[in-house]
Amino acid sequence: MHRFSVLTAASTLVLIIAGGLVTSNDAGLAVPDWPLSFGRLMPEMVGGVLYEHGHRMIASGVGLLTIVLAVWLWRSEPRGWVRKLGAAALAAVIVQGLLGGLTVLLQLPVAVSVLHACLAQAFFCLTVAIAFVTSRSWLSAASSRPFRWPRLASAVTAAVYLQLLLGAILRHAGTEAGSKAEQIVMPALAAHLLGALLVTVLVVALAIRLLWSESGAPQRQGILLLGLLFSQLLLGVGAYMARVGALGAAGAPLRVWAATSHVAVGAALLAASLLLVLRMGRQPEWAETVPSRELAEEPS
Amino acid sequence: MRKFGVFLLAVVSVGLWIACGGGAQTEEAAGGTDAPVESAAGKKVDPATAGSVSGKVAYAGEAPAGARLRMGADPVCDKAHSEPVYSQDLIVGDGGGVENAFVWVKAGLDGYTFDPPSGQVQLDQQGCVYVPHVLGVRTGQELQILNSDPTTHNINPTPQNNRDWNESQGPNAPPKVKTCARQEVMIPVKCNVHPWMKSYIGVVEHPYFAVTGSDGAYELKGLPPGQYTVEVWHEKLGPQEQQVTVAASGSATADFNYGG
Repeated sequence: MHRFSVLTAASTLVLIIAGGLVTSNDAGLAVPDWPLSFGRLMPEMVGGVLYEHGHRMIASGVGLLTIVLAVWLWRSEPRGWVRKLGAAALAAVIVQGLLGGLTVLLQLPVAVSVLHACLAQAFFCLTVAIAFVTSRSWLSAASSRPFRWPRLASAVTAAVYLQLLLGAILRHAGTEAGSKAEQIVMPALAAHLLGALLVTVLVVALAIRLLWSESGAPQRQGILLLGLLFSQLLLGVGAYMARVGALGAAGAPLRVWAATSHVAVGAALLAASLLLVLRMGRQPEWAETVPSRELAEEPS
Repeated sequence: MRKFGVFLLAVVSVGLWIACGGGAQTEEAAGGTDAPVESAAGKKVDPATAGSVSGKVAYAGEAPAGARLRMGADPVCDKAHSEPVYSQDLIVGDGGGVENAFVWVKAGLDGYTFDPPSGQVQLDQQGCVYVPHVLGVRTGQELQILNSDPTTHNINPTPQNNRDWNESQGPNAPPKVKTCARQEVMIPVKCNVHPWMKSYIGVVEHPYFAVTGSDGAYELKGLPPGQYTVEVWHEKLGPQEQQVTVAASGSATADFNYGG
């Protein structure tokens, strides 16, 4: 089950990247209808249709994986709260699919598009959480509470999520020059820059604590966080340069990938900080509820 | 775990709240309905005293070369051209004339009423480019959209004051006929399947508008005597405007100069 949940989480990250490519290529309306594409299940994959219909296909796959995962958890997972996580993921992926359809049919209203982007990240968090709580390291009592700063890690996660939200507003509100929605771009940009400063301070503070820890795992987590943070900051500069046209015309590969990578690494940073929250918040007594067969099944 | 659940709920709620805050902008941007705009009864133009405004839209200096359009994303588009195709966002003729500039009377016609527009204006999708690149229509006038390509396009106008829409049009599909209810200069039109495809539509309540050809020249005929604000719009060079006075049966000149 753990491997399957990891597959679901990894597929969700791929789906987020595919969604980012849709926005970066301005292909969200390449297929005007939904749930079919030009009235067909499989249209010709050319131009913007490749990104939009490709996104729909990957989303269908992730939806299917989530259904299987939720049913699997419901039938075989002894921990009630983990079963509920599976149900929540299933509900989230259904709502997410409907939002995706709605944003196409309503022609990308900013509110729906931003909601679609934010729920994608929340759903990704759910799949990552499920993958982690079904893993050996969670199930094993020996690894209980190796880290000590759950509040700081929670603050990092919340700040990163808010940054993703502001980034989504920037991406979706500013697609049309001169549009009224573009009026919120500058305030959102200012907030996003301030948010970047806040995230940097919080991540560095957390990473320093992790690096000074005794065991190796927290140190690796600290290095990972710092690596993701600095990659994200560089990609943020790249995404801004792409936005102002310094990386070529709209649709230029460098421009597309700078912005999409910024979304993807943001999701990875969110997942990494969420994993820390889960590690730090884990209670040792929770291991007692885990069936021994789960531990036996999981590879080390 | 309960704390985590509360945390997750909180961040999603914040996301929903902020996202919904952006929605008000979108509804405004979407414009209203397509209900026809009623013009109040007013003066009619007297052909006996009507004059004109003419001029040239020019670019001084060497114009930057247009970017080459890469159509490899759709083999049909790629095969449609034996020669390289370049962006039409700035075309300057040999004499410095700016092509595809939209010139119109922006102000000065208050109180006049005009005969309803007749005939259709055509916008074709040909070789995966819009033909013409810039066009003008009257409010309420029918715009006929054709697809001459053996590939599917989507037509996606993004107006601020008119209703937006997005529809696909396959090969050999019947023409689409649309109207715009409100004056708007300009409405960008794009194809999201082929992102290099862009066109601009100027929607004007009166008949005094023109799109410049390769010589940059324009003429607005049949204007009643009066003082007017004439504006030129260009997608890359931006807008400019001038005040002109048209005497009875007279002609006025308004040249617009960019660059230099």
